[in-house]
Amino acid sequence: MRLGYPSSIRIIRVPCTGKVDVLHILRCFERGADGVTVVGCREGDCHYQTGNFRAKKRVQQAQAILEQIGIGGTRVRMCNLSSSDAPLFVRFAQEMHAAIMDAGPNPVRTARMLQRASAGTTAALQQP
Amino acid sequence: MIVAERKPIEEILGQVKQVRSVLVLGCNECVTVCEAGGKKEVGVLASALRMLFLQQGREVNVGERTLERQCDTEYLEEIRDMIDAFDAVVSLACGVGIQFTAERYPSKAVYPGVNTCFMGAALERGVWSERCQGCGSCILAATGAVCPITRCAKRLLNGPCGGSTAGKCEISKDVECAWQLIIDRLKALGRLEDYERLSPIKDWSTDRAGGPRKIIREDLRS
Ligand code: SF4
Ligand code: SF4
Repeated sequence: MRLGYPSSIRIIRVPCTGKVDVLHILRCFERGADGVTVVGCREGDCHYQTGNFRAKKRVQQAQAILEQIGIGGTRVRMCNLSSSDAPLFVRFAQEMHAAIMDAGPNPVRTARMLQRASAGTTAALQQP
Repeated sequence: MIVAERKPIEEILGQVKQVRSVLVLGCNECVTVCEAGGKKEVGVLASALRMLFLQQGREVNVGERTLERQCDTEYLEEIRDMIDAFDAVVSLACGVGIQFTAERYPSKAVYPGVNTCFMGAALERGVWSERCQGCGSCILAATGAVCPITRCAKRLLNGPCGGSTAGKCEISKDVECAWQLIIDRLKALGRLEDYERLSPIKDWSTDRAGGPRKIIREDLRS
């Protein structure tokens, strides 16, 4: 089908969404990602029975933590589709892209850039 | 196991608002099993704190470490070399581990990252229930291995109170009446005559009523 999806999206492959932990999601934000979508198989279709249900719970846990730390829970989503459903994947990708454009950049990334900029200014001022 | 619950991040943040560096210290035993203070929870809390500090414009070094146990000096010694790099410790061990870490490193501020709740068992994933209050003189032999000290709201020793209704305790319809459980169990074991036997007055001096407790075993002491 060769359908296009927003180039802002990076794919990280995992054996099953059941492998995705809260910690993996948080690490993405710590490293500057603006949003994370966990894309699992349709509910009831998990090859490992409950992997996508576990992922769903972990996405909810990550949302709660991100909400508490001021990043916003809406930056993490779970969506379910069949692996052959490319049009649906494209739709989810576009929706996520639009939601992130609305939410703006990850405040952690902005804060880090500011910190680096001020460190750079201090270093420049200290130069003889 | 000792069952604990994670403290809200906001509360932990309030504890560490002055620090320039903090070590998040987990424990590999009970709190790992009840998913409150193991390596994974250490990673999650440390990551959340780092992101919060960044947003506050603070440069705080957040370290992560998980020990085999925090209630044994030999394991606590493993952080001797790294502890100087930190102003404070947020311990995700049970209250015992938190206090023991503080005793071992008296110059460090040690803060609790969990609420330690009770000694209990996992009924299913994500559900824990209290089973023992460590009364120091176990009476389970007489009660068909159901503990009335823990599971009866009134800690009754000789049968149920008048509030026991349809197997439920009068404090809540979600709480089973311990004495109903004891009677059912004794009946199933064919030991109902044990129920008729009056329980003597319990020696509460071995419980918390006797003050903080300590066990000394001369046969083990070095
Ligand atoms: S009788 Fe005491 S030691 Fe035995 S289970 Fe109950 S609280 Fe624990
Ligand atoms: S109803 Fe049962 S468990 Fe509740 S206080 Fe009375 S005897 Fe104890």
